[in-house]
Amino acid sequence: MSALTIVVCVKPVPSPDQYHQVGIDPETKTLVRQGIPTVINPLDKNALEAALQIREKHGGRVLVVSMAPPAAEGNLREALAMGADGAYLLSDRAFAGSDTLATSMVLAAAVQKLGAVDLVLTGNESADGGTAQVSAQLGEWLGFPHLMHACGLEVEGEGLAKVDTVRDGCRVVYQVRLPAVVSVVRGVNRPRFTSLMGVLAAGKKPLTVWSGDDLPVDRDFLGLEGSPTKAGEIYEPDLTRRAEPLEGSPEEIAGQIIRKIRAAGLQL
Amino acid sequence: MEKHKDIWVVAEQNAGVLSRVSLELLSCAARLAGELEEVTGSRPGVLAVVTGGENPREIEELHRHGADGSILALSPLLEDYRTDLHAAVLADLVREKMPEIVLFGATAWGSEVAPGVAAKVKTGLAAHCADLKINPQGLLVQSVPAFGGKVLGEILCPDHRPQMASVRPGVFPAVPVDNPAPVQPVMAPPNLGSEKGRIKVLEVRRQEISGRPLEEAEVVVAGGWGVGSKENWQLLEELAELLGAAVGCTRPALDEGWTAGEHTMIGTSGKAVRPKVYVGFGISGATHHVVGIKDAGLVISINTNPRAEVFQYSDVKVVADARSVIDALIAELKVGKKD
Repeated sequence: MSALTIVVCVKPVPSPDQYHQVGIDPETKTLVRQGIPTVINPLDKNALEAALQIREKHGGRVLVVSMAPPAAEGNLREALAMGADGAYLLSDRAFAGSDTLATSMVLAAAVQKLGAVDLVLTGNESADGGTAQVSAQLGEWLGFPHLMHACGLEVEGEGLAKVDTVRDGCRVVYQVRLPAVVSVVRGVNRPRFTSLMGVLAAGKKPLTVWSGDDLPVDRDFLGLEGSPTKAGEIYEPDLTRRAEPLEGSPEEIAGQIIRKIRAAGLQL
Repeated sequence: MEKHKDIWVVAEQNAGVLSRVSLELLSCAARLAGELEEVTGSRPGVLAVVTGGENPREIEELHRHGADGSILALSPLLEDYRTDLHAAVLADLVREKMPEIVLFGATAWGSEVAPGVAAKVKTGLAAHCADLKINPQGLLVQSVPAFGGKVLGEILCPDHRPQMASVRPGVFPAVPVDNPAPVQPVMAPPNLGSEKGRIKVLEVRRQEISGRPLEEAEVVVAGGWGVGSKENWQLLEELAELLGAAVGCTRPALDEGWTAGEHTMIGTSGKAVRPKVYVGFGISGATHHVVGIKDAGLVISINTNPRAEVFQYSDVKVVADARSVIDALIAELKVGKKD
């Protein structure tokens, strides 16, 4: 088999452990996420790790692609430090406001421009939007077969890959013909940490910025205008409850909990 | 868009067994049909669309939960987990029959098939909706969670059809109707052409699901990282058994490997539950977990940290070690059973 080209799509997201700080400005009704650092979407790191492991076994190259504002360059440098061979930042004001169909269209245009790609990997979902829609839609735009929920991935000879997937109540192992799009879940691996050597090497690796004009985009589905879905109002759901304290020894607490369960109409 | 009118629910089946979320979505679709009627003056049909290898058992359940009719697209090729073929078949049906709205359960299957269908027909899709309603213009307003559920945003799909949405299990109640429509399915044999051969199913390993299903339980006992060990988790499961409860978990507990698996996770990337009583042990209260219990009746939380976030989202606050309360509850309930 000739050397593999694996593309990993990564999304910079506000750090998921600080989402309790996300809110809405009561005046402007816009999202407030000040002070929350932007990181690579955690599952996309799993996708990158999977790609690096395949490269270690079979050779080839791993390219990272991200549609994001220019500030995402730092996130792509981190991906390069983890071991990716090259990075492509798809950045253009015209991409702003893209929904999943428009986002996946731009990502697909970049994969097409890269040429002979064997495998496209992504995280199953992003931590911020969490739609889990981009990988399947990317596969559709590219005309590649696509699979989600991968907890295991092996490239076999003859342009085939074996993909182990987690589904509701079962595991399904697929064989898929390459090129294909596969999205991974957390259990697939543990992403490596970046080493100092990796960070030093990343500075010398190529990071290319492409705008809409550089890519074979479908103008009908570009950005806010081309997105079928439109965002309306945002709000914070009120989930708070009264927090009545219950005190005493464990036995007393247990007795009170059981009384409350019975009072809620349940027979124990 | 005059030609578009019906509301479809893609009813997922697994080896002939219909998924419960499909029934929940039919109840939701029946409500939406009523809301559309108020705006437009005519009530759209609510249709259950089934793809698969065989006739689903208990097809009358679809009608009992609000379907006016059903469309069956059956083929032996759709028997197993060929999500690519299901998406192709559904996209063909959508293009042919032009529904106004299509709803999917956001199960592993639905979350893979729905975006494929939306991309094939080039329409919008809103993921994991927490609420669906019809606005005065007759458009579907889809409330979707972002940032782990901390924020909800309304999504509209004004110019493309169908309007498509996915909904996680447990978000809407399944409500039986009084006068179900007669079962007269329309057969729509699929034309499976070009997409064969690129994906092959090598192996299906069914996992025995033990314990009660979370979505249907009247009592849920849930544990987080504060449960502390696999041994303590087994006691949590024993407690659940004594209470007749289902066991749920948070992401950290799942990652520790204590739990029965991903299907027991509650929250934004798991299930929404609506029990009469929820008792949470050692749960910190991350937003992406607590949004999954917003429809629970009584929420009781036990945590050693008096300032744990979870207490804000609880009716009853117990500052204590999870294990000590689990032990005391088990002892108390065992005494009770002997009486």
